[in-house]
Amino acid sequence: MWLWFNKLTTSKVFYQFAGRLLPWLGALTIILLAYGLYGGLVLAPPDYQQGDAFRIIYVHVPCALLSMMIYVFMAVAAAVGLIFRIKLADMLVTASAPLGASFTLLALVTGSLWGKPMWGAWWVWDARLTSELILLFLYLGVIALRSAIPDREQAAKACAILLIVGVINIPIIHYSVYWWNTLHQGATLKLFGSSLIAPSMLHPLLAMIAAFIFYFAVVLLLRTRCEILKRERKSRWVLELKN
Amino acid sequence: MNHIHKQRAILIALIISCVAIAAGLALYALQQNINLFYSPSQIAAGQAPPAHEFRLGGLVQMHSVHHDNNSLRVTFGVTDNKNSVLVQYNGVLPDLFREGQSVVADGRLDSHNVFIADQVLAKHDERYMPAAVKTFLKQAKS
Repeated sequence: MWLWFNKLTTSKVFYQFAGRLLPWLGALTIILLAYGLYGGLVLAPPDYQQGDAFRIIYVHVPCALLSMMIYVFMAVAAAVGLIFRIKLADMLVTASAPLGASFTLLALVTGSLWGKPMWGAWWVWDARLTSELILLFLYLGVIALRSAIPDREQAAKACAILLIVGVINIPIIHYSVYWWNTLHQGATLKLFGSSLIAPSMLHPLLAMIAAFIFYFAVVLLLRTRCEILKRERKSRWVLELKN
Repeated sequence: MNHIHKQRAILIALIISCVAIAAGLALYALQQNINLFYSPSQIAAGQAPPAHEFRLGGLVQMHSVHHDNNSLRVTFGVTDNKNSVLVQYNGVLPDLFREGQSVVADGRLDSHNVFIADQVLAKHDERYMPAAVKTFLKQAKS
């Protein structure tokens, strides 16, 4: 197991492994996305209060979930990279940061678009919205910090520490709606126990969440492969690949 | 995992726990400022700032909404099932506003303890269901 892990984290092996995995992940993404979109936009009935406006849930919830999941993934990768000095970890972090930032921005924008007709305001400084905005700034901070430090190893270390410190924001985002009075509603999906959404609306939502996760995996692997080629452009196996 | 790895892992765990404690203390200290709104019971207990703008949150009391015939002025009660506050508002209400619905109103208390709202926001709950299910539930109840 340890040996296998060590082998996989070498750039060349990971590059080939990712290449073999990509078509499968891509196919899964397309299937799930097709079902999720059709189910969410056509099959699911309108909500009793919000009518068709509730359908933004099929983009908003997966985006918000991914924005937090990607951050945790990056923080874990950064910690592993710090402890074991694995170069691949930093490449994964570099590849994920813009993705995480985009999902966070999308979650904020879709939420705002829904908030105006439903709540009556584009933006409210409640705990959930503010902590999600801080998450966006954390992502932008990681991206900025990386490009501000020319030395790659030092940049990786600085980003890793920022990521590890910032991970405290994740439970705050998740529990903000329970700890404080917020305008944002509580969680609809429950990991344990029954969700507070009708099954006919739930299934497309779960499909969309899975589709977004696989989409993230696909783009992450593509970007990481690109990063590997960029960093190892002088090594022999990359030159051989070119010819 | 050798000796050095273990040391680094412990260091990272230490950083995380220190930051968690710091954040926990800061949030605990700011608790009142992070709450978006005061409930009618908190206002009755005198916790809301007098002569200051603040937000009031609760349910719109059943059969309490009165629309003025000649203007946008509307009055309604906001309750948390223990205490209630009368709210006066002059403007367009959000789509989700209805009796029994949660709302958050921005404004201040006047001298007669009526809440003069500048803005009324509707709070949506975490339940999603088709219209047919809702009517079915209503029939089952009555």
